[in-house]
Amino acid sequence: MARGMTLVEKIIARAADRKSVRAGEIVTVGIDLAFAHDSSGPRRWAPMLEELGVGLWDPDRVAIVSDHYVPAVDAESAAILKFTRDFAAAHGVKNFFDMVGICHLVLPEHGLIRPGAVIAGGDSHTPMAGAFGTYAAGYGATDMAAIVATGRTWVSVPETIRVEWRGAFADGVAAKDVMLFLCKELGLDNAFNAVEYAGPTVEAMGMAERMVLCNMAAELGCETGVVAPDGVTFDYLREIGAPVEDEAAALALASDADARYATRHTFDAGALEPQIAAPHSPDRTLPVSGHQGVKIDQAYIGACVGAKIEDLRMAARVLKGRRVAPGTRLLIAPASARTTQEASADGTLHTLTEAGAILLPSGCGACAGMGAGLLAEGETCISSTNRNFKGRMGAKSANVYLGSPYSVAAAAVAGHITDPRPMLEGTAP
Amino acid sequence: MSGKAFVFGDNIDTDVMAPGYLMKLPPEELASHCLSAIDPDFARTVQPGDFVVGGQSFGIGSSREQAAVSLKLLGVKAVIARSFARIFWRNAINLGLICIRLDEARYIAPGDRLSLDLQVGTLFNHTQDRRYSFDPLPGHLTGMIADGGLIPHLKKRLAAKGDLA
Repeated sequence: MARGMTLVEKIIARAADRKSVRAGEIVTVGIDLAFAHDSSGPRRWAPMLEELGVGLWDPDRVAIVSDHYVPAVDAESAAILKFTRDFAAAHGVKNFFDMVGICHLVLPEHGLIRPGAVIAGGDSHTPMAGAFGTYAAGYGATDMAAIVATGRTWVSVPETIRVEWRGAFADGVAAKDVMLFLCKELGLDNAFNAVEYAGPTVEAMGMAERMVLCNMAAELGCETGVVAPDGVTFDYLREIGAPVEDEAAALALASDADARYATRHTFDAGALEPQIAAPHSPDRTLPVSGHQGVKIDQAYIGACVGAKIEDLRMAARVLKGRRVAPGTRLLIAPASARTTQEASADGTLHTLTEAGAILLPSGCGACAGMGAGLLAEGETCISSTNRNFKGRMGAKSANVYLGSPYSVAAAAVAGHITDPRPMLEGTAP
Repeated sequence: MSGKAFVFGDNIDTDVMAPGYLMKLPPEELASHCLSAIDPDFARTVQPGDFVVGGQSFGIGSSREQAAVSLKLLGVKAVIARSFARIFWRNAINLGLICIRLDEARYIAPGDRLSLDLQVGTLFNHTQDRRYSFDPLPGHLTGMIADGGLIPHLKKRLAAKGDLA
């Protein structure tokens, strides 16, 4: 009998119209959903489509999200947003989302991420959609232009790294800590590999935490991250009004017991402490105690990975009844308009602003070095975002540390990096 | 014709090649800031035909094609590195910027004179009098490279067949 397949191999085989594929094979796949944002999308595609003299292969399978230059801060960014809007209208793109949040969260919020799909995104954090059991990979502008013109691309079937987590997290430890830990443990040099997250800890996670795991597959250098669809996936999609029709088929996507992996790893969630990555790379990670006392100028909660409603609630648990330290600023850019609505309805926004947080527009913002909240020369920031490359968030000599929303909020209160757990326990001021 | 080697370390990311806060600029202006955060003189001193040499995960980070576009606009002939980030690698070859995976990249010193024979798959280091073999590109991409990149390749297919199927 043929050897079993991984989840990623099964999805690629179906999309390549093959019974099976093996890691290392090069195949052509049909794309189920192609998307891009205002920076990577229409303004880059239009000249190439014009040169080819073609339009979109299927406007109903293309989504466009304006999230980078939002809202416009000058004539150039306004022109980019207008170009994006006009392109979507001219090409009949119904799934166009204008300034309602970051693409990687807006698409699942609207039920567009379907288990088993092949998704091509014009952004490196496209793997976030893998939380729904998709093969979701990022592409640059020329690849994306070819994809929206033809509906196809070539794939070198990746090997899969399997990472299993067992046990329960301590209070104050979250999926973000898992990923900062894995960046150090697995390194960043995993190109042309996929990473699959499994085990009881992952099964117990909600979709928001699974999205964090898959989002930061990009930091590991992996082309995608995946979690097998299960009841949690189906409940999420049912609740937003986009239920999965064939749950049995989605469950059957899970990797076969005899699938072959590049490597397998098992970790104990109970032993994981809050993790902090030092400048200027997400693999420069230590337990929070290793960076204790680093003075910060800015605490930033934002981005696809770090400003969902669940992230804002983590920050609010730390900030309730506390104040941002004098001389420190806490900036919060909720990841979507829906996030802001939910945070408003449940009192989270009240808690955050009472503590002194400053609210910013929903969008990629300072994480992409584009919006409000950039850093001056020599400043230090702790951020719930996913990467801290030199100069990414503003001045070249700025230092950015990465942590969970708990750790960012705790640093905002203390004015320096500190363990969030004593604040959650009520044993620290 | 040989070119000069500009040598960088591991994990040279897209953001130092094309900084986010400058992404609104026209491509030529953006290219003038390429790698300035780690080598302020690079964009000013690199000459057409020169080489960029990196360590592991060259081009890690964002999907922004401007990282590869900037190197190409500055006239970089090829990037030689121990490993490449997937999206950067695809972007570069789609634009016709040569990327060569070579373990021995670590032996190349700043300022070494290099040249390439793509047909044979050989890199010459004239300064050190060494030669290195590398794996040719995957077969399915050679047609695209020969056509000068992905868009010219598709254009040719369109002209030959009348559609993109």
